[in-house]
Amino acid sequence: MTTLYFTEDHEWIAVDGDVGTVGITDHAQAQLGDVVFVEVPEAGRDLNRGDEAAVVESVKAASEVYAPVSGTVTEGNAALAETPAMVNTDPLGEGWFFRLTLADPSELDGLMDQAAYDAHVAGLD
Amino acid sequence: MTGPTPSTVSGNLGLRLEEPLIFEQGDPAKTGVDLPEPGDRPDRLGGLARSGPIGLPGLSEPEVVRHYTRLSQKNYAIDSGFYPLGSCTMKHNPRLNERMARLPGFADLHPFQPQGTVQGALAVMGALSDWLLGLTGMRAVALSPAAGAHGELCGMQAIRAALDARGEGDRRVVLVPESAHGTNPATAALCGFKVRGVPGDARGRVDLDAFLAALDDGVAAVMITNPNTCGLFETEIIALSQAVHDAGAFVYMDGANFNAIVGRVRVADLGADAMHINIHKTFSTPHGGGGPGAGPTVLSAALAPFAPLPHVVAEGEGEGDDGGWRLVEHAEGDMRPFGRMKGFHGQFGVLVRALSYMMSMGKDGLRQASGDAVLNANYLLASLGDGLTPSFEGPCMHEALFDDRFLKGTGVSTLDFAKALIDEGFHPMTMYFPLVVHGAMLMEPTETESKASLDAFCETVLALAEKARAGETAVFTEAPRHTPRRRLDETRAARQPVLRWAPPASARAAE
Repeated sequence: MTTLYFTEDHEWIAVDGDVGTVGITDHAQAQLGDVVFVEVPEAGRDLNRGDEAAVVESVKAASEVYAPVSGTVTEGNAALAETPAMVNTDPLGEGWFFRLTLADPSELDGLMDQAAYDAHVAGLD
Repeated sequence: MTGPTPSTVSGNLGLRLEEPLIFEQGDPAKTGVDLPEPGDRPDRLGGLARSGPIGLPGLSEPEVVRHYTRLSQKNYAIDSGFYPLGSCTMKHNPRLNERMARLPGFADLHPFQPQGTVQGALAVMGALSDWLLGLTGMRAVALSPAAGAHGELCGMQAIRAALDARGEGDRRVVLVPESAHGTNPATAALCGFKVRGVPGDARGRVDLDAFLAALDDGVAAVMITNPNTCGLFETEIIALSQAVHDAGAFVYMDGANFNAIVGRVRVADLGADAMHINIHKTFSTPHGGGGPGAGPTVLSAALAPFAPLPHVVAEGEGEGDDGGWRLVEHAEGDMRPFGRMKGFHGQFGVLVRALSYMMSMGKDGLRQASGDAVLNANYLLASLGDGLTPSFEGPCMHEALFDDRFLKGTGVSTLDFAKALIDEGFHPMTMYFPLVVHGAMLMEPTETESKASLDAFCETVLALAEKARAGETAVFTEAPRHTPRRRLDETRAARQPVLRWAPPASARAAE
């Protein structure tokens, strides 16, 4: 079963067992505007929670994507190099950034669920 | 992208001419100069001579002159109008600077000339160094960095060298407040440091508590921009510097906004250890005139021994009058230079312009210029405050920051608003920077603008804001409507860049 968690910095992580898939939220892609470049981490890289894991660049700004939890990257989404627009069109699906093996699943306790994240975004306006 | 409505036979609109690329004009078989036939001589290229066509365009001299003149007429510059681009200090470039830089004794020098033949040039470098040290209160200056970010690199390399020299090379972290310039984290990363961000507070300044919490014995330096990118003076700077020094780290101050404090604040008194000065902004020659800039970097006593080579020193007692000037190209005495920043001695032409500006303004003139720059920015902040939404409470320093709250619900974005300003004949302000506010609009008028020109700008901006609120959305979303090209497709340009011109397929087939 897959459970979805969110960070205050607008990353999402979908967790199934000890495997997490990370991307940026619909709110994040809307704020960034048209995404023109994405740099994803290479497999094998060890990330601590809060580390800069990826870079996303739009016509407006370049931003870092932080690791929501600690772990080891197993795969970066190579398709984003060719079609960064997928981050805009399908942020929670084909626009995923990378997968990692969780080092410490208890770190998930510090993240938000969908309802809490929606309230967080509503509070930003 | 769409061109202007072709309501004329030629495609030109009045005297606004459509101009093809130079490669699309003329004929490679044509030439503007008569060269004698080389004749049948053996070449010395060892069989490496080009066999295919070189592909240079063939035009006559008047055709070339017209091409570049037409292109220049499409340009918008500080010489043609108000240029409120924030964080760029687009000030007037006095023509005296240009006259000085074109003096043959400066313009026609060769860097390999014997020093005895370039004493005047060395004297310029010596005098400029004295001015920069006097204005900042610092100990040493490196004139060679070729731009602001290059100056940052110079300062951070000096910090790194100083840490290595005292055996603290394991300090790996550089703190960068979110109100700092975007080049700061890039510089720190390039020097091999790990960047740690520090949040701002509700006043648009560095959050001192968060800063102190982030400061530990792994920190090598802080890179802080003051005044910061919100156009605000970092009021806690002295406490912050003291804490950094107590922790054994260094303070890099980004001098990009130096125009706000010239002649009023000596950065040494704020605790800075290194600062670059964008002399191609603060001391005229905005953006290096589109050419080279120069980012001299001043260093504190703690960093001075590590300054890169070369230096200019006066020989003898007469400040250059008797003993002359000498370029120090190799370490002497206690110097422990970390290296060089570039070949030769820096962007000399820009150095000449800066010194010309400083000497013609005088110390009192520079002080008045920074005061006028701050006054003008506050005039914008006050004049636009009711129609737009200022991000922070004033007074501001040299630039005024607004966000897009005043556009909320109008269907108009900051980008649309900027494009509408182009239709009104103004260069837009800086957009979407700094990132700490939503839909940022950053305006820096500089001391160049008169009250009349500021009033004309404010009147236009306020009228546009009224139109946005009144629902005249098309004025913005369809802008620009009166330019040679309409809204360009920035997204496609970034996703599918065409970086090299290629002849049309039909021309290739004909070859």
